[in-house]
Amino acid sequence: MATQAVSRPGRRRFGSKAVRREALECYLFILPAVLGLVLFSLGPIVASGYLSLTDYSLLTPPNWVGLANYQAILSDPFFWQSLKVTATYVAVGLPLYTVASLLVALLMNQRVRGIGLFRTIFYLPSVISGVAVALLWRWLFNPDYGLLNIILSFFGFPAIDWLGTTATALPSLIGMGLWGIGADMLVYLAGLQGIPTDLYEAAEIDGGSWWSTFWRITLPLLTPVLFFNVVLRIIYLFQWFVEPAVVTNGGPDNSTLSYVLYLYRNAFSYLQMGYGAALAWILFAIVLVLTLLTFRSSPAWVYYEASRTRR
Amino acid sequence: MSALSGRQHEGPLATARGVGARTFSLSGRKRRQQLHQLFVYVVLIPLAAIVLIPLLWMVSTSLKQQMDVFLNPPVWIPLPPHWSNYSDLFTFYPLQLYAWNTTIITSLCIVGTLLSCSLAAYGFSRLRAPGRDVIFMLVLSTLMLPDVVTLVPTYILFQKLGWVNTFLPLIVPSFFGNAFYIFLLRQFMMTIPLELEDAARIDGASSLGIWWRIMIPLIRPALLMAAVFTFQYTWTDYLKPLIYLNDENKRTLAVALSYFTGSPRGGPQLHFLMAASFLSLLPLIIVFFFVQRTMIKGIVFTGLKG
Repeated sequence: MATQAVSRPGRRRFGSKAVRREALECYLFILPAVLGLVLFSLGPIVASGYLSLTDYSLLTPPNWVGLANYQAILSDPFFWQSLKVTATYVAVGLPLYTVASLLVALLMNQRVRGIGLFRTIFYLPSVISGVAVALLWRWLFNPDYGLLNIILSFFGFPAIDWLGTTATALPSLIGMGLWGIGADMLVYLAGLQGIPTDLYEAAEIDGGSWWSTFWRITLPLLTPVLFFNVVLRIIYLFQWFVEPAVVTNGGPDNSTLSYVLYLYRNAFSYLQMGYGAALAWILFAIVLVLTLLTFRSSPAWVYYEASRTRR
Repeated sequence: MSALSGRQHEGPLATARGVGARTFSLSGRKRRQQLHQLFVYVVLIPLAAIVLIPLLWMVSTSLKQQMDVFLNPPVWIPLPPHWSNYSDLFTFYPLQLYAWNTTIITSLCIVGTLLSCSLAAYGFSRLRAPGRDVIFMLVLSTLMLPDVVTLVPTYILFQKLGWVNTFLPLIVPSFFGNAFYIFLLRQFMMTIPLELEDAARIDGASSLGIWWRIMIPLIRPALLMAAVFTFQYTWTDYLKPLIYLNDENKRTLAVALSYFTGSPRGGPQLHFLMAASFLSLLPLIIVFFFVQRTMIKGIVFTGLKG
């Protein structure tokens, strides 16, 4: 991607003064972004690495403790519990949300009357994200008067205490996430619309079935978008916070204690900033390794068509 | 995101639109298309209903009396609708203050994001300088880092600056770029023909002039999309306002909503909660409704260039 803009041979050969001027202007244009990168990203990243080696309560200066935080974390049962909860969430959620949003996007790509209305309806839940959705679901899941159990009892099933038992709380929250796949759907839809029509026409002439067209044309051409969504999904799913914080508050019995919720509690409720930073770095390492593995795996399954990416 | 800037094509069923006009098309093909339409509706309509149920439930509950909220079987259309929930909300809670706080933060964030990101995107896409692409990859790589890594030190940074319990930590960073939007706008700018820019340069336009007079108007759809995403993200953001704002009168809507879930004494006030939630969502729904058509048209328009 980054090399794309450079490949413009023979343009603007005005001599070294013009070249230097253009470079200076470039630096000025990107200056705010570079400052932001240093101040709000690189700086805090380095600082959090330092803080993870200290004992820091915000009230007194940081106190160097070496690797003590990391050692304490490894024997912290809540760390392992929260890691297990988040890992389960990612392991189940990633394939579930990916397949679901792709399927909905395929439906949204059909040319039928009123499809614009359906696109809006399916995108709506992702506009309505965050706390409002979380609160709504807490209520829908309510064992006594929640809509889900009312529907169950209508069909004669016994009521389920969705968020009240350790066995059902996490699956309930994962299922709830399906409601918010609209943004992913929109990205897939944009990708689907980018697939040249002539390929489909050729497939139709060859008499290919819908299924083989999907496997041999749609899916391969969609893999760059799929890759983009999978990478971002991994990053975002690991940062799962709002739903467990607002809907279940980590309960019952820590069965929905997500990693970032536990981190948040340490840093901002117990004021153990050093411990929180160490937790953050462990998560960062896990996500980075998984992201790199995903990038490494990409040549095996991501199909880049040179003429499509650089025109 | 490259897909967004990619050329737009009619979907595989583009012909379905002109079914009536195409008298030469085979009747077998026509029937297949009709069957296909029917199949799509059969799948879509129940799905859409499921997606909409929680929303309708929210609106319905917001118009109920407190004692009717838990009725079983549920009443879908409360009669008479309890409109006073909405006015009571404003009487008992400083909701307009929270809405005002959220509006200030959100609108400044939109201005900051559009300004800083479009400037950076122009630099990254059109102006050549040594090391530029390395810097771009560095900026992009921040997308791969979870926010949570920087949560604690960023908090400390803002605390040192004395910005905690002000709106500044929520607003100022947006004026310093955001990798996602820089990447997005850059992709769009790269679809704009170089000839336009060269012609302006020969006419004596400066880089700043080209950014403002050529790039900004031509990538308007992408800017609109970035504005909507920023609006949506900032308006519903829960974690940052929760961490940085302590005073009750500085709360944002997203944070204030969580206080309706009830105290140990009072229990949840679901009719208020749903009314307040719906009110806080309304601006998002309205904005998306008006912008989405322009946005989709815009992607097509920009994509066809170059």
